[in-house]
Amino acid sequence: MNDWTRATAAQMADALAAGEVTSVELVQAHLDRIAAVDGPVHAFLHIDAEGALETARAVDADRAAGVELPRLAGVPIGIKDVLVTKGLPTTAGSRILEGWIPPYDATVTRRVREARMPILGKTNMDEFAMGSSTEHSGYGPTRNPWDLDRIPGGSGGGSAAALAAFEAPLTIGSDTGGSIRQPASVTATVGVKPTYGGVSRFGAIALASSLDQLGPCGRTVLDTALLHEVMGGHDEMDATSLDEPVPAVVDAALEGARQDLTGVKIGVVRELSGADGGYQAGVTQRFEESLSRLREMGAAIVEVSCPSFEYALAAYYVILPSEASSNLAKFDSVRFGKRVEKSTIEKTMLATRAEGFGDEVKRRIILGTYALSAGYYDAYYGSAQKVRTLVQRDFDAAFAQCDVLVSPTTPTTPFKIGERIDDPLAMYLNDIATIPANLAGIPGMSLPSGVAPEDGLPVGFQILAPAHEDARLYRIGAALEASLTAEWGGPLSAQAPELEVAE
Amino acid sequence: MSSLERSDVARLAALARIDMTDADLDRLSGQLAVIVDAVAKVAEVAGEDVPATSHPIPMANIHREDVVRPSLAQDDALAAAPEAEDGRFRVPQILGEEA
Repeated sequence: MNDWTRATAAQMADALAAGEVTSVELVQAHLDRIAAVDGPVHAFLHIDAEGALETARAVDADRAAGVELPRLAGVPIGIKDVLVTKGLPTTAGSRILEGWIPPYDATVTRRVREARMPILGKTNMDEFAMGSSTEHSGYGPTRNPWDLDRIPGGSGGGSAAALAAFEAPLTIGSDTGGSIRQPASVTATVGVKPTYGGVSRFGAIALASSLDQLGPCGRTVLDTALLHEVMGGHDEMDATSLDEPVPAVVDAALEGARQDLTGVKIGVVRELSGADGGYQAGVTQRFEESLSRLREMGAAIVEVSCPSFEYALAAYYVILPSEASSNLAKFDSVRFGKRVEKSTIEKTMLATRAEGFGDEVKRRIILGTYALSAGYYDAYYGSAQKVRTLVQRDFDAAFAQCDVLVSPTTPTTPFKIGERIDDPLAMYLNDIATIPANLAGIPGMSLPSGVAPEDGLPVGFQILAPAHEDARLYRIGAALEASLTAEWGGPLSAQAPELEVAE
Repeated sequence: MSSLERSDVARLAALARIDMTDADLDRLSGQLAVIVDAVAKVAEVAGEDVPATSHPIPMANIHREDVVRPSLAQDDALAAAPEAEDGRFRVPQILGEEA
């Protein structure tokens, strides 16, 4: 192959095993690509060239010596800066953590290392994962490789853009209200939010603890499944970790690729389908076309209604800020991170947090402090928790009628950088279709369904499954992907415009 | 539920230990009032008969044997501190001048 950065992770793993390429060559190809295009894309906050090459050299030596290696050994990866990485800077996109070198590895970081995957670097994100555009990063925005004037989604815009720009074949994301799925949607990549508790969060810098979930990002459904199996599984260091086997997602992806969905029942959620208006025409068109393909493969399509979803966004923007205001109290200038020294500790904290946090973080901390304050707790946080129950009941009723639920991932294709930055509510509406899954703890996937005819930009297709049934996402997703790529002559990511390459 | 006033934002910011200038308050107060009004709709459907959900997946507390395990060395724990002394985190004085 001429350009290894265009290969899938599965192809890279197979070529490594067959001796057709070395891990050093793969890592170097991606480092070269990063050097060539990441100036304008800005998917990475930190590059660890030497560390990645060192891992690659060790993998190549072990392979040459006949040592048995994990499937993805030698395949490079990018890690969202929300995960702590021992010896590598970790900021969660915030200036308050600028220069922090964590003294330990997150469980997922450790699993990536144990899988012998070279870590290319840390990917950009909205500060503490608060945002849908990566414009709220303390280190400048990431740009969408499909159109550098547009947002790559958020909060995991760096992880998605790195895939779309062929800077990495796999990346890790975190999804609190759509931060894996929405970036996947607007960059023509694949992203999965596993069942709540399916992936350990030990060492993931917490945003909203009852909603956060780490997950895999790739350019194909199979690649994403391969990474899911590396990341997943029980961890005694995370009290919310599910004590059950990782779902057989790779097998499900392989089964789905055979494009037989006979007997599968797929529900279209009326409240998320744009039936009531507000969705971009090309988004609705690609969604309808994907439904037709699923029907042709033997699936039965039914419409379901989830009336409480109308309140999901409001509930989310009560619960998330409330939990975030508590989680972010630890950034107090004492044990790690920035300190703006003043005469007393209280004045030091006030000044440090004023300088270290960006506007969106301040907005949400204040909102959360308000929602949790005496006299307002029942009206806001208490009510939001009740909405959560109603959303779960809607999902339960819907899944009684069908195996998976589907919708467009986002109401529109990616918007222009700066367009919604001063209008927080407009920004929040990006996540209208992804938030219900986090409130209910169920797994969700976004995969490409084409480009919108009116602007040539990517449209994502969302699949939701009941808790613990992550494998269903991969089966249905792989079936749709196989059908679509057969028509496109390859993955949609290959259709992205060529980026200008720096000398 | 009433909308958020500028004075409320100033008080909440102090509680959350975030210094705010007049310009900060001008910029954020209006946006926060809009958000608070929008999220207030959660109360519309939260009837007495609906139980609250705190976590999406039912879970119980977990326990482990009470045995010492390896943990961060003191030097590692202090390595990223803005200031440390004698194996401890060092902070500015904790009481104000007037105390």
